[in-house]
Amino acid sequence: MRIWVFAEEIDGAPTSLALEMLTKARSLGDDIAAFLVGAGSAETLGTLGAYGATTVYHLDPGDALPSAGAAAALAELADNENPDLVMFGLQPTDRDVAGRLAGRMGIPVLSNAIDIVMTADSILIINEILGGATLIETTFVGSGPHLVVVRPKSFAAEPGAGGDPNVITATVPETGHSGSAMVVERHAEVSTGPRLEDAEIIVAGGRGMGSQEQFAGVEELAGLLSAAVGASRAVVDSGWVPYSLQVGQTGKTVKPNVYIALGISGAMQHLVGMKDSGTIIAVNKDEEAPIFGVADLGIIGDVHKVLPKLIEALKTR
Amino acid sequence: MKIAVCVKQIPDPATPYELDPESHFVVRPEDQVLDDTDRYGVEMGLQLAEATEGEVVLVSMGPAGSLQGIRQALAMGADKAVVISDEALRGSGALVTARVLAAAIEREGVDLVIAGTESTDGYAGVVPQMMSELLGMPALTFARRVEHDDGTIRIERQTSTGYDVVEATLPALVTVTSGAVEPRYPTFKGIMAAKQKPVDQPSCADLGVEGIGAAGSGQTIASVRPAPERAAGAKVQDEGEAHLEIIKLLDQAKAI
Repeated sequence: MRIWVFAEEIDGAPTSLALEMLTKARSLGDDIAAFLVGAGSAETLGTLGAYGATTVYHLDPGDALPSAGAAAALAELADNENPDLVMFGLQPTDRDVAGRLAGRMGIPVLSNAIDIVMTADSILIINEILGGATLIETTFVGSGPHLVVVRPKSFAAEPGAGGDPNVITATVPETGHSGSAMVVERHAEVSTGPRLEDAEIIVAGGRGMGSQEQFAGVEELAGLLSAAVGASRAVVDSGWVPYSLQVGQTGKTVKPNVYIALGISGAMQHLVGMKDSGTIIAVNKDEEAPIFGVADLGIIGDVHKVLPKLIEALKTR
Repeated sequence: MKIAVCVKQIPDPATPYELDPESHFVVRPEDQVLDDTDRYGVEMGLQLAEATEGEVVLVSMGPAGSLQGIRQALAMGADKAVVISDEALRGSGALVTARVLAAAIEREGVDLVIAGTESTDGYAGVVPQMMSELLGMPALTFARRVEHDDGTIRIERQTSTGYDVVEATLPALVTVTSGAVEPRYPTFKGIMAAKQKPVDQPSCADLGVEGIGAAGSGQTIASVRPAPERAAGAKVQDEGEAHLEIIKLLDQAKAI
């Protein structure tokens, strides 16, 4: 079974989702390669090797938006090398490349996968639909390559025993106008504390926090617990905190040991991003808020009363 | 400039969704609503069209029903709609959807295509990118800000660590996030005008698209089952001491 994993390099390292996918790929197949988009540092290549990629196809897009070029290069490679399965992650660049590749090759892609199972004669993709309420198993019809987009945190990332991979520079066919989008500026939004994706504890706030000033209470509690700060879509749309802190379908999927939701009602698109957390604690004044459906402890009350007492009590411990 | 905005009618998210027991497809009532995430694309299209004396064409695939959701977008100010509601499309996957929408857009001949990042009911999240490839356009995705200046489109593209400024010349496709613009509410005049606006309903044959429906989608559903439900825990009314319950649980979870 030949499996390829799409990997984007961000800040000199592969995304954590790429490593999760490589770990899963090792359990499914015996011929694993990564398709890397980025500068291709020695550390990144070494990490991809350690997680199981024996070959890395490398594309350095420079200042071009990589999606069209990466899809064209992948399509040409796939034609020659015939991978059975190509895995992408549910994150921006992966989605762009997966969609363009499917359009280019005229083959389907199954999105939102939470598991992949090999059977005697096919590949079963298990997806969550309807906000995670229903699981659906789908198989591909016909021969590969089959494309799948995997939800973050579906698989634990564990390094294997692999050494440095064989690196092959990918050639990009002419993409014309499709490939003409350029990145003219890059901005990193600085946040303190642990990264959302890696945090053991997350304190997240929603519209119920009231205002940007009052959202500081979320940040203070996160500081006391060495937690990462998260936010609902309403909060990032209002500009109280950067988009990179958004938890949910359009933001990040997280799976911390403890998730504290303050003033978050729990719209479907938020729940799919956090419902698999270990212990969920929610504070909301609306007894009917959907967040209480997944919370291990739901406090029905005013977050502006509960939170200051909680902060005070933690400070005196 | 002529702008196509992709929109989708979905069952009202406030009501529980049902799957047809045999086909496993979502049951779609006669009256569907405009997907809330599409209102941002419609607003963006209207703003860009207003600035360039252009026009906005809505493009949608799926059972037309009463067209209630399409009328909602027309009421915001879009000029007309193309709705592909062909019975033969039942069970189509993302790629067939992209092929149909791309064919309708190509027939219209537009400078800019705008779509949301994913639909609320299906959320595959790859249809716009597929369309961009089929249309031979650059895809400027996950935009939280969009500017147009004399044939050049420039967006702030949300990334996992911040944002990038991305630029391309038209024609191009843009996907917008919900923070990009503040959608307008339809006026009474807009609602009345929407009833008279043209809604073209071509068949797939009219668009020259073949290999559609479940059979053309290259995938088959093997089984459907409810996800294991997470048992809801204790609910406590705050009487002034609820924070102690939180501390107890944080202790148990070894978080403090």
